[in-house]
Amino acid sequence: MIRVQREDFDLGAELNALTRGNASIGGVTSFVGLVRDMGGGEPISGMTLEHYPGMTEQQLAEIEAEAHRRWKLDQVLIIHRYGALKPGDRIVLVAAASAHRDAAFEACRFLIDWLKTKAPFWKLEETATGPHWVESKDSDEDAARRWDPR
Amino acid sequence: MIRLNLMKLLYFASIRQKIGKAEETLAPPPEATTVATLIEWLRTRGPNYAEALKNPKLVRVAVNREYVPADRRIAPGDEVGLFPPVTGG
Repeated sequence: MIRVQREDFDLGAELNALTRGNASIGGVTSFVGLVRDMGGGEPISGMTLEHYPGMTEQQLAEIEAEAHRRWKLDQVLIIHRYGALKPGDRIVLVAAASAHRDAAFEACRFLIDWLKTKAPFWKLEETATGPHWVESKDSDEDAARRWDPR
Repeated sequence: MIRLNLMKLLYFASIRQKIGKAEETLAPPPEATTVATLIEWLRTRGPNYAEALKNPKLVRVAVNREYVPADRRIAPGDEVGLFPPVTGG
């Protein structure tokens, strides 16, 4: 399941809804990304997340489908926010539910690693010296590449 | 007869800001047959385009909302998105 929204989300409510009524699920893993108060060595007062409506949903759906191809999963959930956010705010949630923990843990890591290099979102950080676009990191590319076919 | 090769271009993040608009519909010249030659032509449209698209390594391209390489052919009616490497999550 994919959601792209301005609004915040409630982790407990989302995980309850994801697993409710399916007792073949033995475990659910989740990752929540938050806005940090520092970026590039500078304090941040806020952040605006821009995205490519239409392409975002398409890319997230492809990432979800790829997770289902690679692991035996009962449920996948990706929620990504856009718009104005403050330090401490939730940005993203990825979750994977499976009969067994290995698939759930691995799929969760895969979901966030691929999302970070493929989903068309951009962060504009507000600092004392003005707004700055966040630059992509090689470490994110490396993290995504570890899931390339061998 | 005039044949128009209309293409919808979408710009995001720092590229949108440098070009000064989020989208436009343009008729690229016949020699702009691929993503790479389209970007080359866009760079000639003004200093704002030249600045926004100066480093091809920092321009990601989506045609009809799928990532494509620079040698991908483009066709009339395509939606072409140009943006910097993504930084979500």
